[in-house]
Amino acid sequence: MSNLGTAGAKRSATHLLKANAWFVFAFLYVPIVVLVVFSFNDSERVNVWQGLSARWYGEALGNTQVISALRVSLIVAISSTIVSTVLGTAVALALDRYRFKGRRALDGTVYLPIVIPDITMAVMLLVFFAEAFKLIDTFGPRLTLGVTTVALSHIAFNISFVAVVVRARLDQFDRTLEEAARDLYATPWRTFRRVTLPLIAPGIAAGALLALTLSLDDVVISAFTAGPGATTLPVYVFSTIRQGVTPELNAISTLMLAASITLVVASLALQRPRSTTP
Amino acid sequence: MPSLRRAKPAAAQSTDAGPDTPPSLTPAELAAQRRKRRTGTLIATPGALYLLIFFVVPLGLITVYSFATRTSTGRTSLSGWNLNSYERIADDVIGGIIARSAWLAFLTTVLCLVVAYPFAYYLATRPPRLRARLLVLVMIPFWTNGLVRIFAIRFLLGSNGPASALSEAMGFGTFRILFTPTAVVLGMVYGFLTFMVLPLYVALERMDWRLVEAARDLYASGAKAFWRVTVPLTRSGIVAGCVLVFVPSFGSYVVPEILGGAKTLLIGSYVARQFQAARNWPLGAALSVLVIVAMLVAVAINQRNSANAERTQGVTR
Repeated sequence: MSNLGTAGAKRSATHLLKANAWFVFAFLYVPIVVLVVFSFNDSERVNVWQGLSARWYGEALGNTQVISALRVSLIVAISSTIVSTVLGTAVALALDRYRFKGRRALDGTVYLPIVIPDITMAVMLLVFFAEAFKLIDTFGPRLTLGVTTVALSHIAFNISFVAVVVRARLDQFDRTLEEAARDLYATPWRTFRRVTLPLIAPGIAAGALLALTLSLDDVVISAFTAGPGATTLPVYVFSTIRQGVTPELNAISTLMLAASITLVVASLALQRPRSTTP
Repeated sequence: MPSLRRAKPAAAQSTDAGPDTPPSLTPAELAAQRRKRRTGTLIATPGALYLLIFFVVPLGLITVYSFATRTSTGRTSLSGWNLNSYERIADDVIGGIIARSAWLAFLTTVLCLVVAYPFAYYLATRPPRLRARLLVLVMIPFWTNGLVRIFAIRFLLGSNGPASALSEAMGFGTFRILFTPTAVVLGMVYGFLTFMVLPLYVALERMDWRLVEAARDLYASGAKAFWRVTVPLTRSGIVAGCVLVFVPSFGSYVVPEILGGAKTLLIGSYVARQFQAARNWPLGAALSVLVIVAMLVAVAINQRNSANAERTQGVTR
């Protein structure tokens, strides 16, 4: 009798868990799907469905402000990804396998840019650039905020994300392979080039893709460290949303969504452990 | 560095040492160790230097600014440090903004925990293949453009948006939750839910389920086994998730700017204003320091907790 009761309770608990899971997935995906569907709406008014059309995509891509913001975004994202991937990988390697002075301090600091709220990091960097410019101005050149300051700021948070992703990969690393290479008289550099690097390459690539994604997504830090001529696409979208929702904004958002989903899927595929890949 | 170069005395010392000390190193081994140390420093330096210049120094500067004075023209004067900006934190308007930010962040955290725990439990108890696929479905929105996702919520909830149209068609009339605290909390839950799911999932997946079985064998009811065994064993995940949701919610800027209204002014937006139109950098800096302190406290709690968890897990194994 009591057995039957617990079995019944267990079954209803499982049903509840399942229902909750469906609810969470719906919660995560429905708003995105609705946005994508309505981006193909022909109507001028966002709430009236008037038939399928790619009209707003045409309008968005014909908008010079959008195109120039996209250009800035790509320049910032690509340059900051390259620099932060190199520096972040080096930090991960150093933290994973070397003892050196200041290791603990670096270990503690490297996670902070990930946890700190965007707005705090943004105003910190704004103050920093203001002070740095004041200092540099006394030597002659007059500097202003622009694409460079945005890229420098993006590198600052991306180093941390790359370091964390690469370090996770190094954790699963089979150290005996390196020892084997060394036993066979490979120099440290050769061991690194021929053994370590190929083994952690998927981790580095995943870190780079993540950095690219985060740079393309960032709005707050970009908004505060960009001058008037360095509006990135998210900053453009953010300032436009505040004036209201337009169908063109739906189209731009859908394009940004497609770009970031592509990058995420690529990154997840790279991070998958070897054994599960067919 | 000269002291490090003197390998011989160090080696001699270690050979003198008693039997309990670790095996002594030959000069060659010591040299190798030193070389390794130098390589480590060399590899870490560029990244560490970058973080020092573009993160640690700005952190120090914002702290200095928080003690500075705003001149009548809106500039910041660094001469004559004072606590004026911090004193203003206690005044009604700013105190209210901080309290509201903390309250909405707390609500967001609780809602996320209530929804994410059973969700992570469900994920962790699926067969491995299905689990991997479901995890991908969780990860996709996690790394998807956050701004666009919040915009999607704005579009959905707007007074002329699809949700309102649907409710009107169904005869419930239009609903207006946009620009209210409810919309802000909803947006933050939407934005940060995955931060809660992932650590909970990791904790549940790592858990030793035999302990739950043992509790059941000793006649604990399902609920009792859950509260007395599962929850304590996944505490590190619960704390990590709460920290990861509370901190960005407390300092949230984009969500309240897009989904909130005049009644939902939060600390993130207020800080932003001080650096924009209001031109009161010292006040903005003081509030930023407050957010940073809250963050550091949360991170410290999390670290202590995960250290404890590792220790207890070591015991159960």
